[in-house]
Amino acid sequence: MPNSISLQPSEIGQRADSGTFSGISLEAENVIVPNEPIAISIEDWNLWYGSKQAVTHVSLKIPENKITALIGPSGCGKSTLLRSINRMNDLIPTVRSEGTVSYRGVNLYGPGIDPVEVRRRIGMVFQKPNPFPKSIFDNVMFGAKVNGFKGNQNELVERCLRRAALWDEVKDNLKKSGLALSGGQQQRLCIARAIANQPDIILMDEPCSALDPIATLKIEDLMRQLVKEYTIVIVTHNMQQAARVSDYTAFMLTDERVTGHLIEYRSTADIFTNPKDKRTEDYISGRFG
Amino acid sequence: MPRDLFRAELAELQDEVLVLGSMAEKAILDSMEALRDGDPAWSRKIIEDDMNVNKKRFEIEDRCLFVVASQQPMASDLRALASILYIITDLERIADHAEGIAKINLMLGDEPLPRRLGYIPGMADRAVAMLRGSLKAYIDHDVDSARQICDADDEVDRLQDSVYDESIKAMISDPSSVQRNTYLIWTAHNLERIADRCTNICERVIYLVTGKMEEINVSKY
Repeated sequence: MPNSISLQPSEIGQRADSGTFSGISLEAENVIVPNEPIAISIEDWNLWYGSKQAVTHVSLKIPENKITALIGPSGCGKSTLLRSINRMNDLIPTVRSEGTVSYRGVNLYGPGIDPVEVRRRIGMVFQKPNPFPKSIFDNVMFGAKVNGFKGNQNELVERCLRRAALWDEVKDNLKKSGLALSGGQQQRLCIARAIANQPDIILMDEPCSALDPIATLKIEDLMRQLVKEYTIVIVTHNMQQAARVSDYTAFMLTDERVTGHLIEYRSTADIFTNPKDKRTEDYISGRFG
Repeated sequence: MPRDLFRAELAELQDEVLVLGSMAEKAILDSMEALRDGDPAWSRKIIEDDMNVNKKRFEIEDRCLFVVASQQPMASDLRALASILYIITDLERIADHAEGIAKINLMLGDEPLPRRLGYIPGMADRAVAMLRGSLKAYIDHDVDSARQICDADDEVDRLQDSVYDESIKAMISDPSSVQRNTYLIWTAHNLERIADRCTNICERVIYLVTGKMEEINVSKY
């Protein structure tokens, strides 16, 4: 069993020798398969931080051009699952995993897969806006430059800032530091930076938790715009946000039996009006968590 | 347990639904008694009291909307509040139909007593039983009872047919009774609508418990 993860794909995804949960039947009747084209297919995914399992036997189909929300109490494995989608967990020592995460039919943890290219195609926006201490222009161009962008930089910056609904607010001051923007603007700048890499999928880890209500609603409106072109997966603690913004919702839970288990996955309309599993019901109606 | 305040508010709202239900039931019973006794003063009181039913309905609606806005309920909590909003509308309309019967009594005026109401008291008994049953099913979250109560609507429909047939026969044999019998047909229609509203309440009970919206008994009227 490796103690630290290597970026060599062949070593990632080796079967773990832990049998802690073998023999436990994990019910899946409340996990639907969306009747839509699938962008990401997660199959029997397990992940450990050292000896501690964080995600257990999760299988989930994420549809294209839809917003899928991952919800659940702290420690339920939702952020870990999100970070598994673009191999961000590779960067954490002691992480190991098994199962597959497929993007357009290709196992992202298979041999010969370049994690940098994975992260280019599957971008990420974090909880706290994290612009670089550079100008707005340079922030947007950063990833594109790293990826060898050769086209018209002005056009790219304008296009990305427009898509991120920030252009009108910053167009006269592109040389201003990204750090001088408000929190909500900084988060939209980070979205513009992610878009500049021309991803297919955008992962968002609590993108509004550090923002005020108005900035939050702006990001939510932006997400509904972006989903026409991108597939979005969002982790949120805010259930009203999941209900407002997403098309599908997955509820995860850690209990005394299993850590990071997918309890229920169905359309957002169904899960918030008529969840089938009592644990989902109890969580979304605020009885625990 | 988290959300104790919300649970308490929901329980109070449920109690308020029962209060409104009892006001509607009293309106039916009173309107039938006033009709039987030919008591115009009582009918006028029922018409006046209907304002209180309307007021109570709006109070509950207001409270429900505030709870929705402030607590942002989900899942069965959301269904519970949505159900209350629908049920209070049905209860308020049931009281309106009782008020309609009170108005018919006023229109009957000096019609001689005792009044021969034929199948109408039987219809009223069944409608009141349906109202009580539907509210009990609501409190008990009892889907089976809700379905059974709806079956009684067919019997109310049959009784309305009988009232209609008898009234037509009476009008043919005694043309001077046309107006009186027309009022009786209207009374029967009000009672039939009350029974229909009770089936609506039962449908809401099923939605509240199962999350499924279904029409469980389509009235022929």
